[in-house]
Amino acid sequence: MHDLLVVAAAFAASAVEMVEALTIVLAVGMTRGWRSAGWGVAAALAALGVIVVVLGPALSEIPIDALRLVVGTLLLIFGLQWLRKAVLRATGLKAKHDEDAIYAEEVAQLRADGRRPTHDWYAFTVAFKGVFLEGLEVAFIVVTIGGAQHSVGLAALGALGALVVVLIAGIKVHAPLSRVPENTLKFAVGVMLTSFGIFWGAEGAGVSWPGAEASLLVVIAFVVALSFGLVALLRTVAPEELAAS
Amino acid sequence: MKYVARFGRFWYDFIVGDDWTVAVVVIIAMALTTFLAHHGRNPWFLLPAAVALTLTWSVWRVARQHARKRT
Repeated sequence: MHDLLVVAAAFAASAVEMVEALTIVLAVGMTRGWRSAGWGVAAALAALGVIVVVLGPALSEIPIDALRLVVGTLLLIFGLQWLRKAVLRATGLKAKHDEDAIYAEEVAQLRADGRRPTHDWYAFTVAFKGVFLEGLEVAFIVVTIGGAQHSVGLAALGALGALVVVLIAGIKVHAPLSRVPENTLKFAVGVMLTSFGIFWGAEGAGVSWPGAEASLLVVIAFVVALSFGLVALLRTVAPEELAAS
Repeated sequence: MKYVARFGRFWYDFIVGDDWTVAVVVIIAMALTTFLAHHGRNPWFLLPAAVALTLTWSVWRVARQHARKRT
């Protein structure tokens, strides 16, 4: 059960980051050519590969409780940030993520810098930066979600699945994946990361959950109820009442 | 030095984000949970309670700011 949840959480979180990276790469490739963009992507993937190869094995050396405490704390802080933004987006207090708008903005910036030399360093750098930074986020997600269970391989499997799906969709559509329900996915990822953070963080701190492993499902249900409750509350409270609070 | 600062900023924005108080509450709750668990208690309810409090407080503050701007 936990293994399945680890794969699902890693898949969804990685898919969100990869859709964002794809938008940047598509903008660079379509406006400045695919050659330099391709080199930028390849260089970023190589750099990420080195980081994962160096950091991955080191995690298995750390005692599981210490790892769960640190990883649980990080996941909880990180997950709550996603959840907070998701709740704000769902109540209209924060703009929704719009891949079409981001794509248009990237293209405008890339076109503004009109030079197209043989080796387009600008295109290389933008593609590298986009893939490397989004990739670092994927690596963080894989290492934390997988690390807490000492099963980085399973989380990596989820991320790899996301890479294949996003890549195939990107090649097929040849445009930003604006039809992916990104905001809904982010809500679900926020719930999963927060729940994992609560569960593993408490276990790492020395807590015994009533109901043992099965209590993870109760924690997930609690976080879902809390999030939807907050969305419902913020939608019903009048602005005057809020302002006066 | 500039690159180190930028790299640090990236990780801060990525993990902590817009509201640092959430991170502070989580760290305090985690420390308290560890302390109590190592002194004969089983405070499994502490982290869920801290999450409920900090998330509600954080989104409520943003909603209140928006409401005050509008009214």
